[in-house]
Amino acid sequence: MNILVLLKMVPDVVEELEVAGDGKSLDTSFLRTIINERDDHALEQAILLKERHGGKVTVVALDAPDIDDTLFATLAKGADRAVKITDAPEGLTTQSAAKLCAQVVSGLLPVDLVLTGVQALDDLDGLSAALVAQQLNFPYLGVVTSVAAGGPTATVLKEFAGGVRGEFAVALPAVLGVQAAEKPPRYVPVAKVRAVMKAQKIDTVPAPGDVGAAQIDVRQLAKPVVSSHAEMLDGSPEEVAGKLVELLAQRGLL
Amino acid sequence: MAVIAEDMKELTLDNLWDSPEGHRVLSCMQCGMCAGTCPYGEVMDYPPRRIIGMLKAGELDAVLRSQSLLTCVTCYACMAKCPRGIHLTEVLLPLVKEQTFIQLTDMPAELQKALENTDRYGNPLGESPRKRADWVKTSKVPVRMLPSDRKPTDVLWFVECYTAYHPRGQDNCRATAKLFHALGVDFAILGHEEKCAGECARLAGETGLFDKLTDYTMKLFGKYKFNRLVTSGAHAYDTFIHQYKPRGLQQEVDHTVTFLARHLDQLKPKLKKKLNYTVTYHDPCALSRHNGLYDEPRQLLQAIPGVKLVEMEHNRVNGICCGGGGGGMWLDTYYKAKGYERLSERRIKEALATGADVLAVACPYEVSRFEDAVKTVGGDKPLIVRDVVELLAEALED
Repeated sequence: MNILVLLKMVPDVVEELEVAGDGKSLDTSFLRTIINERDDHALEQAILLKERHGGKVTVVALDAPDIDDTLFATLAKGADRAVKITDAPEGLTTQSAAKLCAQVVSGLLPVDLVLTGVQALDDLDGLSAALVAQQLNFPYLGVVTSVAAGGPTATVLKEFAGGVRGEFAVALPAVLGVQAAEKPPRYVPVAKVRAVMKAQKIDTVPAPGDVGAAQIDVRQLAKPVVSSHAEMLDGSPEEVAGKLVELLAQRGLL
Repeated sequence: MAVIAEDMKELTLDNLWDSPEGHRVLSCMQCGMCAGTCPYGEVMDYPPRRIIGMLKAGELDAVLRSQSLLTCVTCYACMAKCPRGIHLTEVLLPLVKEQTFIQLTDMPAELQKALENTDRYGNPLGESPRKRADWVKTSKVPVRMLPSDRKPTDVLWFVECYTAYHPRGQDNCRATAKLFHALGVDFAILGHEEKCAGECARLAGETGLFDKLTDYTMKLFGKYKFNRLVTSGAHAYDTFIHQYKPRGLQQEVDHTVTFLARHLDQLKPKLKKKLNYTVTYHDPCALSRHNGLYDEPRQLLQAIPGVKLVEMEHNRVNGICCGGGGGGMWLDTYYKAKGYERLSERRIKEALATGADVLAVACPYEVSRFEDAVKTVGGDKPLIVRDVVELLAEALED
């Protein structure tokens, strides 16, 4: 089966995020980007399906810093082709990014499944996959935790609140927003990534021109305001226990 | 013990028999000393003796499938005891381990995370590379950082990961800085530019990551002028000697323990505070069995006023590994799930049996491993875990 995986890079929160001087964007001087965790799960699910049913996995991503390393790693993990969308306009909204990706996907048809992460940590909208499905006129299911394919439909497990799961049959081709793959994303040895960097290449396609005007403007980006703080109790275990009991008594909790 | 990293460069399991080490492996008489001395010998499906037998029989696939070598903590015990002098932990086991690693279908999650972190952030803890030298802010003596002050230094101090980031490792850093300062050593560190030396990635089987890290660090060493490399990491010391030197590292290499032992005449008069501890010393595998450094740490401990040194049942060449080498640092959950005893706990039971107040160590992995094991094992009286440098710094006059 032909599977297409859409992935994007998000800020790596190992470094503390800082607001840039304009008060509307992130300071990029020390910012590194990393593959969106849910997209990594979408890739894993795609490779698992390929291992079971054969076929081809194509990874599509918008150009971003560090994107080449990420795409080579997807090839080393088992993707067959990596496509980078270049020269996209700055500051794409979820809607315009989805429109843009859908146009690129249209040029890569036919596909059986389009998989992408159900959410990304930089917006948490959870809309991209649904919007791509709408553009392509494909059915959509989100918060997917496993996919079984074979034949004209796929059987998809979707997670609901409280751990309740629903099983759905979805006609192919379809777009799925992946919450988690059936197993955690695999490790790829560094030597394998380095070998892929020498042997394979990343395809590029220019971003389609018309993605519509941005309808949302960021007015302000701010760090949370500290409103209260934790109090650390110092001293020996006995002293700390004493202070703790005193505090609880003071607040009428004993 | 011979250093043969240079001969290993192009060695694979396929051309092993054509090499001098391959001939040594062929001389194996299946005595089983390796399996008997291996701390996990009784739980491995294929301990070293059987691996050699399977390799000779062309049955290595079964060994790889068994994932036996995930249980090898590269403690050099088998190699130290082999009557044929086969360099098991230097050659055969890493080659088999590398293949085991490549073929792993389900990588233990903690090991995977540690390796991904090491690749991405230069440390297995997954901490910010920019914060690698944050501990310096808490040092009572000045610590020069080469990226912002490039002038040549006598000693380049390679701090290493657990020392730089782990809260108890940072105690080691502050102690080392205090000792260097007391001795008037001209020293500097690499600050945020330093990345993991990579030895545990190599011995976990991730040789590609090790190559990437050595390429990076060798280039970094080339950027600065220094006369001597001193590291707090026992594994870093080991790899600088056996892997980086064949790759062109020119400068002399010390572990903090060997460096301080050589300066003991100057250091001893400064150790004025009486500590009154009974101390037992745990030999880190990478310093002891692989590099013969048994006496230096003991000399340092005995130079501290009031310290009484006692030995554990297994000591020196017979010392039991803490279980942290060869990726074991990130396989505790895997071993526990398999029902294996944690080696750090086995070791703590021996340390408690000596009646010592303090367990002294010299490898940054050991402090957290043993402090955790003290909590799980318990005991009649508290056992304190301290790095040798921490004890020395404590004995310094303030």
